[in-house]
Amino acid sequence: MKVIVCVKQVPDTKGGVQFNPDGTLNRAAMLTIMNPDDKAGLEAALRLKDQYGAEVTVITMGLPKAEDVLREAMAMGADKGILVTDRVLGGADTWATSTTLAGAIRNLDYDLIITGRQAIDGDTAQVGPQIAEHLGLPVISYAEEIKIEGDSVVVKRQYEDRYHMVKAKMPALITALSELNDPRYMTPGGIFDALDAEITTWGRANLVDVDDANLGLKGSPTKIAKASDKVRKGSGEKVNVDPEESVAYIVGKMKEKHII
Amino acid sequence: MGLEEYKGVYVFAQQVDNQLSGIAFELLGKARDLAKDLNTDVTAVLLGKDVKSLADELAAYGADKVIVVDDPALETYRTEPYAHALASVINEYKPDIMLVGATAIGRDLGPTVSARVATGLTADCTSLEIGDFPINPIPNQEQKHNQLLMTRPAFGGNTIATIACPDNRPQMATVRPGVMQKIDKIEGAKAEVIEYNPGFTENNRYVEILDVVKAVSDTVDIMDAKILVSGGRGVGSPENFKILEDLAEVLGGQVSCSRAVVDSGWKPKDLQVGQTGKTVRPNVYFAIGISGAIQHVAGMEESDIIIAINKDADAPIFDVADYGVVGDLNKIVPALTAALKAEMAAK
Repeated sequence: MKVIVCVKQVPDTKGGVQFNPDGTLNRAAMLTIMNPDDKAGLEAALRLKDQYGAEVTVITMGLPKAEDVLREAMAMGADKGILVTDRVLGGADTWATSTTLAGAIRNLDYDLIITGRQAIDGDTAQVGPQIAEHLGLPVISYAEEIKIEGDSVVVKRQYEDRYHMVKAKMPALITALSELNDPRYMTPGGIFDALDAEITTWGRANLVDVDDANLGLKGSPTKIAKASDKVRKGSGEKVNVDPEESVAYIVGKMKEKHII
Repeated sequence: MGLEEYKGVYVFAQQVDNQLSGIAFELLGKARDLAKDLNTDVTAVLLGKDVKSLADELAAYGADKVIVVDDPALETYRTEPYAHALASVINEYKPDIMLVGATAIGRDLGPTVSARVATGLTADCTSLEIGDFPINPIPNQEQKHNQLLMTRPAFGGNTIATIACPDNRPQMATVRPGVMQKIDKIEGAKAEVIEYNPGFTENNRYVEILDVVKAVSDTVDIMDAKILVSGGRGVGSPENFKILEDLAEVLGGQVSCSRAVVDSGWKPKDLQVGQTGKTVRPNVYFAIGISGAIQHVAGMEESDIIIAINKDADAPIFDVADYGVVGDLNKIVPALTAALKAEMAAK
């Protein structure tokens, strides 16, 4: 059995968000991590390796330094790492990212592709389903549990107020939630081996069946019209009045904001 | 692709168990504003099995037309038949704008359909408006008018980006539930109902649903709550949380709490907001008797509106609150509940 896991290197936005004096996000000072949902997807793949001897290949698209995230994955137990990096792929939106990753994956044999549900920098949850669409695969998003039954995969698929047990014939693509599992740590031996492990690097020329018109910034249908680092919420209004007036104040604000 | 062929503002009218989801009405409300600016009309796309009777309800909330795809394949949400239905509607009717809710369904359906019809999709939008792209004229670049400008948070809410999709149609967005306003119901409104069926043939992409399990717990996850009434140590005792529960009930919200409350054993861990608890983003967050330690603030500062009640005028919670009230929660909270009850009854 062969499993491909798509991972992304992201800035650590949780807790460790750093700001410049002018209130903008200080990206240079922020640590990078393996995106949490992707890490859960990797752990799910590694469990399939433990259980069924699956071969696990991790693939990432990014700058050359994204190699770090592949080495981390290999230190956790992944067998192969593929870095897709090329200047012409830069500035891609989710559409162009998904065409790129699909173009890379067309080189590989697989039974299952696992992606994280969403990355913590963009929070879009789009790339997984879009890769599935380009490759003509069934997609099951928001996976809370994954198990293999013969030539099918059975997934507990989360919704707001329910879950579905869903069965898809492999090959299939699954997007993983962080709730899926607690990812294992890298092992000392694994870290040692991962440092020396060979990472395959692919560029534009290695992508199969992809038109230039669908790659990078030029191939991205969505364009940024305006971006601003969010003005940190300052303190709003504060009143210090008797309880009756306090209540009238809150009710007034709730009406003004269409809450009631 | 002739972009001018694409006309109208379309909304995916999500239904589950043949009940329209709230997001469908919210999207219709926003679609009306956009359609007005574009001098066009609003079409709801209703997919399901035996769902045609829901068309009147969509009309009552602002749909001029309803395209119904009624087929047994669409009984329960599955990506493939739904994506096929929506993509076929888009290819047949050519909308200028296609809005989908950023729900567990929409965030699966939206990307699949956008990839199929080869257009862009902007996720989890919190604001939509019609404007120019580029926003300001740039030499040697055409400035396009009447574009959908889609605004969304990114980097965990630390940045805000406005996105356009100038060269592809439809312009697609998923929209966060609870952000847009539905219109007041227009009783007796009728929409033009168009029945359409693209035909459904099972292929490898159709999955099999083995089981549907609805949540048994009647307490909603605090991360899904639109209104949270959160209490801290200042509430004083587990019994006194009753006044917070009463307030939550009137507003259809949920009670949550700070770490101090969990550590004191007053409330279970799954109600805890903050760095070691849950990160919440409700429309309204009441911080009652919560001092506002940074670890707590990290879990709730992205709430749309924060209302704080605390007797300590210097409590740090007032630094993040939109509306702060200095005073005795034991007097203010019950009176607030009574006042809101009266407001609701008057409606």
